[in-house]
Amino acid sequence: MSRRPWRLIAALVITAAATACTAGNQSPADSGPKAEAPQTIEVWHGWSASHEVKAFEDAIAGFHRLHPNITVKLVKGQDDTKILNAIRSGNPPDVVSSFSTNNVGQFCSSGALQDLTPYLKKDKVDMAMFPKAVQDYTQYKGDRCTMPLLADDYALYTNKALMKGNQPPKTISELTALAKKLTVRGADGTIKVAGFLPSVTYYEHVPEHLATTSFGGQYLNAQGRANFATDPAFTKYLQWEKSLIDWYGYDNVKKFVHSMGQEFEASNPFEKGKVAMAIDGEWRTKFMEDEAPKVQYDTTPTPVDDARQNTYGGGFVTGTIIGIPRGAKHAQASWEFVKYLTTDTDALVTFANGLGNVPSTIPALASPNLKLPAQFKTFLDVFKNPNSTTIPSTINGGDFVVKFQSFVQDQWEPGKVPDLQKGLQGLDKKVNDSLQLAGG
Amino acid sequence: MAAALPVRSVTASRARRRHRLRVLAFMSPWLIGFALFFAYPLAATVYFSFYRYNLFQLTPIGLTNYRFLFKDPYAWQAIKNTLWLVVVMVPLRVLFGLGLAQLLSKIKRGGSILRSIFYLPFLIPPVAATVAFVFVVNPGTGPINGLAAKIGIHLPDWFNDPTWTKPGLTLLALWGIGDVMIILLASLLDVPKSLYEAAAIDGANAWQQFRRITLPTISPVLMFSAVTGVIQTLQYFTQAMVAANASQGNADQAGTTTAPGYPDGASLTFPQTLYNEGFQQFNMGYACVLALVLFVVAMFFTLVLLRQFHAFGDDD
Repeated sequence: MSRRPWRLIAALVITAAATACTAGNQSPADSGPKAEAPQTIEVWHGWSASHEVKAFEDAIAGFHRLHPNITVKLVKGQDDTKILNAIRSGNPPDVVSSFSTNNVGQFCSSGALQDLTPYLKKDKVDMAMFPKAVQDYTQYKGDRCTMPLLADDYALYTNKALMKGNQPPKTISELTALAKKLTVRGADGTIKVAGFLPSVTYYEHVPEHLATTSFGGQYLNAQGRANFATDPAFTKYLQWEKSLIDWYGYDNVKKFVHSMGQEFEASNPFEKGKVAMAIDGEWRTKFMEDEAPKVQYDTTPTPVDDARQNTYGGGFVTGTIIGIPRGAKHAQASWEFVKYLTTDTDALVTFANGLGNVPSTIPALASPNLKLPAQFKTFLDVFKNPNSTTIPSTINGGDFVVKFQSFVQDQWEPGKVPDLQKGLQGLDKKVNDSLQLAGG
Repeated sequence: MAAALPVRSVTASRARRRHRLRVLAFMSPWLIGFALFFAYPLAATVYFSFYRYNLFQLTPIGLTNYRFLFKDPYAWQAIKNTLWLVVVMVPLRVLFGLGLAQLLSKIKRGGSILRSIFYLPFLIPPVAATVAFVFVVNPGTGPINGLAAKIGIHLPDWFNDPTWTKPGLTLLALWGIGDVMIILLASLLDVPKSLYEAAAIDGANAWQQFRRITLPTISPVLMFSAVTGVIQTLQYFTQAMVAANASQGNADQAGTTTAPGYPDGASLTFPQTLYNEGFQQFNMGYACVLALVLFVVAMFFTLVLLRQFHAFGDDD
């Protein structure tokens, strides 16, 4: 009699443990109801502003018409931590979308998001509709666990009035010469109007938008290890960057940058006419329309190193990703939703119009329904240019990018690195140690 | 007689067991809570610290996570910064809170208004308070540095200069002193007036009254403020992270990865490193090692403070 409760408890514990261990480990491909069955799928995304949420709802209107049996429940304002916790708990949503492209390596390698290759093969989805850079940032070592959902890319914005009739630069030497020519200083040397600020502390002038795009640097070598000391492109980029900072004077650059305010406010110095040339994302066109409608500006691709003029036209590309968590209860319907939203031209164009982003397939770029400012065309061209680049997926997120950024802004720009080669070797070691710790 | 003894003994033993079970039943809510929310997480943290764990896959790696701690430059930078904050910010907060409470306890008219004014900043959510503070002291767009410059005082570039970042965070903490001030004020008002009257008759001056009456009477509250202050500072995260992002001009961005601890690692605190390792690089095993270090350090400080205050209380 007295032993029975213990047996019951033991049985419960074993059952609970077994359930916990298997939660979320179901085979994904053909699990759950067929796509044709009536069902509701839950879709988590990170957008939260009312116009963003509306844009999403508008984009999926066609899906409702195509699949009237599938009800889509959109849940806004979700981030990676919530997504990962939901997947771990064994009760994930059916579809998740994330802004953190850098986390694709973790999503894929851990199996948190399902490999979509079987679905893609089954439905014969032609991946050539996505540019190579986009194909790269949505997979990790051949495991395609995400699809691209709209994209961001970067180009050079030029203020027409401040350019004083000069044509936008195409090479780094032209950019440097113009930056010096267009800069206006105060009597004490402080910067009143900057031609072009090369510092990585200037909003979008981070290394990935210049070092790789303009100078051709490869962050990781073939073995997946840090490449900063070995690839001469990084040295060339850093020497150019520092020489231009030194021309301004480091203290002057610091003073100017520290007085700028927030990037996404009307006080942005490009919108205020305090910067003649700046690299920025396509979203700035929307901000210019709303916050600085009187400022006349152009957009052109990011200038490239003089020795790489044949690559002019490309730029840095990244974007939002979407995938199906492991353990999703309506995997087949979820795939139909993901496929529709990432490949249907009308859906992408509607969404892109609503958010002011780049639609993420090549056919969508040519849609006559795209209603975006004239300056937006550069970003569409950059997006499909084969020379456009992205950052590689790694197992520990964007750690190598963060470490390089720290090195440049905290060590290199203030002049704390007497021997650049040695400094970059030290950086490589730090990156590799972290990669090794994460099992990469 | 010989046969009766075991029967009595068995009855007594049953009664004892029943008593123990009753005690256990009454204690069970606490015991279950302790096991679920403290013992289990602690044991799991120790367990995971010997594994490479990305939230989904476990790979045993022995002491690798512990060895990495010794060559992780971010962790050591974070330890230095956090200790600086514990050593400087906590005593300053307690002293400032005590001074303010002492002043407010003496004010006869308008005290309640002043109490509300000094308490209000504590009620502002930390993210909003930090963004506002960084904006106010920004050298280019903020009014304080601008006004000071007009009268010839050149204030530092608080959150962009590595030297001044931690003092800037300390100023921010002193601005939100309401929590410490209010409990110290309550304890000061609780000191029996008769003690001061007796001391005054015996000829004790203000300092002697403060040293011999006020301090010993409010020492439990001071200890509470110090211990909770140390623990809070060891967990200091939000303000440091928001200040770094706001001063870099990207407080309003989602999904971007920025270098932690701007500028030059000066605002990198231990919990930030823990968060970065666990939730940005997905090194949960290593994050567990960092959590254990934090636990041990917090225990150490708490024990030292408790001993000090006991010693202080015994003397008096």
